[in-house]
Amino acid sequence: MTDKKNKWYMVTLIGKDRPAIVSHVTAALYEGGCNLGETSMMRLGGNFSIMMMVEFPGRTKELHDVLVTVTDSLDLHLHIDKIEAKLHQHLIPDVRISVYGADRAGIVSKVTSVLAEAGLNILDLESDVAGDKDKPLYIMHIEGQATEGIKSLQSALQIVKDENGIDAELAEIDTLIG
Amino acid sequence: MAVLDIITYPDARLKQVAEEVKTFDDDLLKFIQNLEETMDAGPGGVGIAATQVGVMLRIVIVDVSSYPRLKKAKHHGRLVLINPEIVDWQGMKKGREGCMSVPDFTGNVIRAENIRLKALDREGVEQQYEMEGFEARAVQHEIDHLDGLLFLDRLVSRRNDLFERKKKNEN
Repeated sequence: MTDKKNKWYMVTLIGKDRPAIVSHVTAALYEGGCNLGETSMMRLGGNFSIMMMVEFPGRTKELHDVLVTVTDSLDLHLHIDKIEAKLHQHLIPDVRISVYGADRAGIVSKVTSVLAEAGLNILDLESDVAGDKDKPLYIMHIEGQATEGIKSLQSALQIVKDENGIDAELAEIDTLIG
Repeated sequence: MAVLDIITYPDARLKQVAEEVKTFDDDLLKFIQNLEETMDAGPGGVGIAATQVGVMLRIVIVDVSSYPRLKKAKHHGRLVLINPEIVDWQGMKKGREGCMSVPDFTGNVIRAENIRLKALDREGVEQQYEMEGFEARAVQHEIDHLDGLLFLDRLVSRRNDLFERKKKNEN
C-alpha cells in the first residue's frame, strides 16, 4: 500500500521480445519490496517496452540492484528516473483523433504540430505500422483534450489532411459518469 | 431529504443482483427523493442506481438534461425507472464511461444505440420508453448496476479500432 515516506520512480525497460518478461520483472520488484503504480507495457516492432511507476523505499541505486539480475538475464536495457507521482488525478479526454495513410517520414510531426497549435493536449498516443513491406501503412490514435475547442481542431485537421493526402477523423468523446 | 453515501468498488454489494420492488409506499417515495438528491450532488451525475447507495432494489434514476452537449438532443428529462427491463435494442456504439462507484477511471464500453424499455414509475404504473444515444447509454449503465455489473466488466481496448462506422447521410 501507499506509504507517504516511499519514493516513486519511473522504470523503463526495453529489449527484444520474448515470453514471460512481465512476470519475471514484476516478481523481482514484488520480492524487492516495490509497489507498482500506473504502467504501460507493449510490444513495438518485435521489441518489448515497459514503462512503470514503481514505489520503493530506497534510493535509485538500490532499486537498480533489485532489478539488475533479472533485466541482465532477459537482455533488457534498464533506466530509472526519480519522479513525482500524481495518482488519482486522471484527466478525461474529450476528443479522439484517428489518422492513417501511406507510411512516410513526418506524419506524426506534421499532424501533432498543427494540432498542438490548435489547442490539442495529447493524453495518449498509439501508432502502428501496418500493411506490408512494399506498401507500409501508418495508423495513429490520439486521445486528448481540446483546450481551444473542437472547431479549432477540426479546421486544423482538415488542413493537414489536404496538405498531406492522409485520412484523419476527429470525434468528440462524451464521457458518461453514472 | 438527504444525500446518501455512494459505495465504491470493491464493496461486494456492487457485484450483487438487486431485487424487484414490490411495495409502492411513502418509504419508497422518500428513498427515491434521497436517491435523486444524491445523483444531483454527484460529479457528472447523469444517472444513479439504488445499489450504488447500498440499497439492493431495482431502482434507477437517469437525467441527461444537464449534460452540456446534449441540451438540444432528444431525451426524456428526469426518469425514475423501477424494475426496468430493456425489451428491444438496436445498433452498437463505443463510448466512454466512468462511474461514481469507481472514482478516477474512465474507459470505453460498447452499448446499444437505441433501446426500448419498460419500467414502473414511482407510483407503480408501467411506462414504456424509446431512447437513443447518450440517454440510452446512461440507462444501460444503470440497469447493469442492478445486475451486479460495472462498466469495468464491459471495457474494450481503445487500441486497434479505426474510425467509427458512419451512418448514411452523415457528412
